[in-house]
Amino acid sequence: MSEETPAPLWEVFIRSKRGLSHNHVGSLHAPDAEMALRNARDVYTRRMEGVSIWVVPSAVITASSPDEKDSFFDPAADKPYRHPTFYSIPKEVQQL
Amino acid sequence: MISDPHEAEFQALIDSDQRIEPRDWMPDGYRRSLIRQIAQHAHSEIIGMQPEGNWITRAPSLRRKAILMAKVQDEAGHGLYLYCAAETLGVDRAELIDLLHQGRQKYSSIFNYPTLTWADVGAIGWLVDGAAITNQIPLCRCSFGPYARAMVRVCKEESFHQRQGFESLYALSHGTPEQHEMAQDAVNRWWWPSVEMLGPPDTESTHSAQSMAWGIKRFSNDELRQRFVDMVAPQAVVLGLTPPDPELRWNEDRGHYDFGEPDFEELRRVVSGDGPCNRQRAAHHLAAHDEGAWVRAAAAAYAAKHPATSAAA
Amino acid sequence: MVAGAAAVYTLRLADDCLVLSHRLAQWSSRAPTLEDDIALTNVALDLLGQARGLYARTAELDGTGRSEDDYAFMRGEREFVNCLLVEQENGDFATTIARQLLCSTFQLAQWQALTTSTDAQVSAVAAKAVKETSYHRDHATDWTLRLGDGNDESHRRMESALAALWPFTAELFESDAVAREADALGVGPDPAALRPEWQAYVRRVLDDATLVVPESTWTPSGGRQGLHTESFGYMLAEMQHLHRSLPGVTW
Repeated sequence: MSEETPAPLWEVFIRSKRGLSHNHVGSLHAPDAEMALRNARDVYTRRMEGVSIWVVPSAVITASSPDEKDSFFDPAADKPYRHPTFYSIPKEVQQL
Repeated sequence: MISDPHEAEFQALIDSDQRIEPRDWMPDGYRRSLIRQIAQHAHSEIIGMQPEGNWITRAPSLRRKAILMAKVQDEAGHGLYLYCAAETLGVDRAELIDLLHQGRQKYSSIFNYPTLTWADVGAIGWLVDGAAITNQIPLCRCSFGPYARAMVRVCKEESFHQRQGFESLYALSHGTPEQHEMAQDAVNRWWWPSVEMLGPPDTESTHSAQSMAWGIKRFSNDELRQRFVDMVAPQAVVLGLTPPDPELRWNEDRGHYDFGEPDFEELRRVVSGDGPCNRQRAAHHLAAHDEGAWVRAAAAAYAAKHPATSAAA
Repeated sequence: MVAGAAAVYTLRLADDCLVLSHRLAQWSSRAPTLEDDIALTNVALDLLGQARGLYARTAELDGTGRSEDDYAFMRGEREFVNCLLVEQENGDFATTIARQLLCSTFQLAQWQALTTSTDAQVSAVAAKAVKETSYHRDHATDWTLRLGDGNDESHRRMESALAALWPFTAELFESDAVAREADALGVGPDPAALRPEWQAYVRRVLDDATLVVPESTWTPSGGRQGLHTESFGYMLAEMQHLHRSLPGVTW
């Protein structure tokens, strides 16, 4: 058995091109933030998939619990005015 | 009957073709099956670096050398994506690697065969990657979100590995007589192990039924095997190479190729540890892992000494 | 005036890249972590690409029209003109990282100077290589810091790696008629001119990594004249045997 303490896990977010937000692409192990960033560049952008990378220690992410999903997400379900299709637009207006 | 409300909700999600995510409730058996399968898949990518990597330093042209290096590197990347997918289930990569070293988790039987000539690299690309893709495409729709997403990435990158293998083998089979002979010899040796790597026949497959119900597996081993043979048999004709199966022929009625009975006894032997290279592959991986221990320890020590680089950068 | 100086000059650059790439590729499936395996192969692939670009230009400059594979696979040990540092065996990870720090710092300075080469093809290769090599240097720097300033064992390993490799760095900056002619033609810098920049950077990194610059009176040399170390012959034998065993075929 190995007695090593494994290097921490990092979540990787990549902006695939300018104008888009960073998206979660996966995770990796690295001893520290700089190496995490370097590894992310090597592992997740081998095919030029990114213009910017964020790495976040997985341990510091606070996630909503699936059990609270009703109270967390359902309130949005009755707010159709938050979605563009709520608004009817005259046909003559092609783009809005 | 499902009585637990959690389990009912879980099964309802699967039945409506939704994805299960890491923090969702899931049956222990589902978690265990997934860890086993994803780890086995990750180990296969990593051990799979060895047979092809065996030719990196001897690749016969700079172009082929670059292609092969990039391909073996992709396999490392795929292994990494898969270990990460497994880690969302609450295991650590280091634990999985320990299980591999202890022989308690397996990897694909195919990587226990040796790459004896350059043509083996092409044959692996064409046949082994062909069989792998047959197996992997349905996994992009696997019920477990992180696994399915990792597979989408893997398939995207791997789609051209088979083309590369085919192209490399085509150059040999249409080259000089010596090259053609090298290609035919490789196909003779890699054909059956590739047909076998899709797993034991459905009648003997231990994990299949439950994995299908859980949406981890979408097609049976025999269905995938038929699909694979149907894909590569006509490609062999284009290559001008003859698969070593006298029973291989198109069956008009079935709309599929008929093929001979794979030697599942050999598959069992190789899976259980007695293939030509099992010991060598395990020893190579273990040696690299052990030799790297001091590097990993040094990096950890540095991170502990310099918390600034670990904090917000 | 040295006949064909430009071609010899670009061939030296190309051989440095190819040989270093080959050594790094030997790490495949042997690195300390998967992440490092991928990183080392990235560096090796960049170097291979740089070598290929330079062989293509060399074939035009020397007028032989040879292919990149002719240069890589059909020349013997005495015809390779890479420096001795790049051919040194991988050793442990510390040795490879030390070699990377010393080589990539040199190569980055060289590529930067080559971006203004009067040879358009060379400057085009250099423009791309500068970006790649600055990453190689960063990678080597990060690891030098971690190994030098990691724990006792890694510090000791880095010290011995540097002691073993340092003597070979003198050759990097050797000036000769070919280098001076290339410089005069504006093809590329005389490597002697790159020394101050190289030294400043390497010293700073070693200092940050709590490592000291080794003292050495031994300054082996000869690579640029095709006089190599013994292990290089084995490397070539392995690299070339298949290509040479079926001469003239298409792979």
